[in-house]
Amino acid sequence: MALARRGGIGRYYNVNGWLFVAPALGLIALFMIYPILWSLWMSFQSGRGMMLKFAGFSNIVRLWNDPVFIKALTNTLTYFVVQVPIMILLALILASLLNNPKLVGRGFFRTAIFLPCVTSLVAYSVLFKGMFAHDGIVNATLEAIGIIGEPIPWLTHPFWAKVLVILAITWRWTGYNMIFYLAAMQNIDKSIYEVARIDGVPAWARFTHITIPLLKPVILFTTIISTIGTIQLFDEVYNLTEGKGGPSNATLTLSLYIYNLTFRFMPNFGYAATVSYVIVVLVALLACLQFFAARERDR
Amino acid sequence: MNKGSTRIAATIVTYGFVGLMAFLSIFPFVWMLFGATNSSIDIIKGRMMPGGALATNVSTFFTQVNAPLVFWNSAKIAILATILTLAVSSLAGYGFEMFRSRHRDRIYSALLLTMMIPFAALMIPLFIMMGKAGLINTHLAVVLPTIGSAFIVFYFRQTTKAFPSELRDAAKVDGLKEWQIFLFIYVPVMRSTYAAAFIIVFMTAWNNYLWPLIVLQSNEQKTITLVISSLASAYYPDYGVVMVGTILATLPTLAVFFFMQRQFVQGMLGSVK
Repeated sequence: MALARRGGIGRYYNVNGWLFVAPALGLIALFMIYPILWSLWMSFQSGRGMMLKFAGFSNIVRLWNDPVFIKALTNTLTYFVVQVPIMILLALILASLLNNPKLVGRGFFRTAIFLPCVTSLVAYSVLFKGMFAHDGIVNATLEAIGIIGEPIPWLTHPFWAKVLVILAITWRWTGYNMIFYLAAMQNIDKSIYEVARIDGVPAWARFTHITIPLLKPVILFTTIISTIGTIQLFDEVYNLTEGKGGPSNATLTLSLYIYNLTFRFMPNFGYAATVSYVIVVLVALLACLQFFAARERDR
Repeated sequence: MNKGSTRIAATIVTYGFVGLMAFLSIFPFVWMLFGATNSSIDIIKGRMMPGGALATNVSTFFTQVNAPLVFWNSAKIAILATILTLAVSSLAGYGFEMFRSRHRDRIYSALLLTMMIPFAALMIPLFIMMGKAGLINTHLAVVLPTIGSAFIVFYFRQTTKAFPSELRDAAKVDGLKEWQIFLFIYVPVMRSTYAAAFIIVFMTAWNNYLWPLIVLQSNEQKTITLVISSLASAYYPDYGVVMVGTILATLPTLAVFFFMQRQFVQGMLGSVK
């Protein structure tokens, strides 16, 4: 109504505005909104391939009785709980060290630590698989300097396979998070640090009491990004453990399980869709949780 | 005296730590480069010296893999996806920032929420959709779902806030139509934004794995990412050949990074301005 009253020119601009956004909105509606609603519908259906029948909540019941699903869920959460905090802390420490203008060669260090971000997930997984092979260079080096007595079974032992996946993701993404913090640190007033230093506040306390609180919005942002990424983990696990999910499914993630359910085993689109909705719910829940936790601490 | 020595210790620890991290970050690249010149057995044993097997590895790679075709496939997909994504997203970013309407903010918030949709929850419906459209095993099927990206729209809208509105007003007084303003004023003015977005989208498309893995089935259609993955998953992978493949797959993004480092970092940071 308001539109009509404003007359010709207002309407002209509005029509024009919609034309600008229409292609993007159309594509997102067709390739994101429609499929995500469809898989919600699918998650209440069951059957082989495309022969789906409505099955109510039976897929959800099946989740709880499916040890492989529980395994994939536990693994995914383990990666998230262990890897994200380690990486964020490491990136924060590196950023605050490399933010020091007196550090000689910091441009080189920054570039070096950022470099892993340039590789594709598949390429670096393949490299890691080679480096961490049983008689590979990592084991050989660790043995040579006497840290371990016998080779670590990185690819064949359930525990070490998980460690390898965590090491690999941390290698790939720490530099990525670091540059966010470095950029945010440009906006922190240097005099705050000067005052703290003159007052005799030690470096570690400056880090925990000045840097971290001031960077909180960026830390929150990167944590959410990393959370979403880790929960969807696929490329690394698929390529490190030959698509099988590692020794006795030790590295299997939810995404890999969905892939297996859909394209490797007898296709069961309904059940796979239910598993995929576990990821949807997890991502939404954790993002909300982190968002509110950060706001609570603000008060 | 005591204070001085703790300072020296702190400096040593700092350089030691940062140096170690830098070394660990670079090491796999060095290993990859040396690897390409060594035989598979030497690579696994960790020979960190240039070897004499480069020619053998390269020629084995080129006989096992139809490299020009595979590269052409990757390039075609990445370039097509990049051009279309930039066009569609910059139009939307401009539209959202420049035009007011009652529903704009609500629609925009909904759009941003789609960033949280995990791909795993889309792949089954998308696969069925592509099957029905007869697009399985085509590059179009790889590109289509990636064009509409809430993240890139968001990036363009954020940077459009810095676009001087006087330029637009002046152009309007001169009688330019909205699409002319966009094409002849906005696009040239915003070229650094386009450069940064180009890098992100190109890299994502070039490195994309899961969706091409599902959609592309014949060897003639496969991308370099799929090829190195399958080379490395052989029971006894020839690591020399795998290294040649990973170097070739990493080279384009590495080149973009070194020649456009500023835009590269700017693009990655784009979202938190």
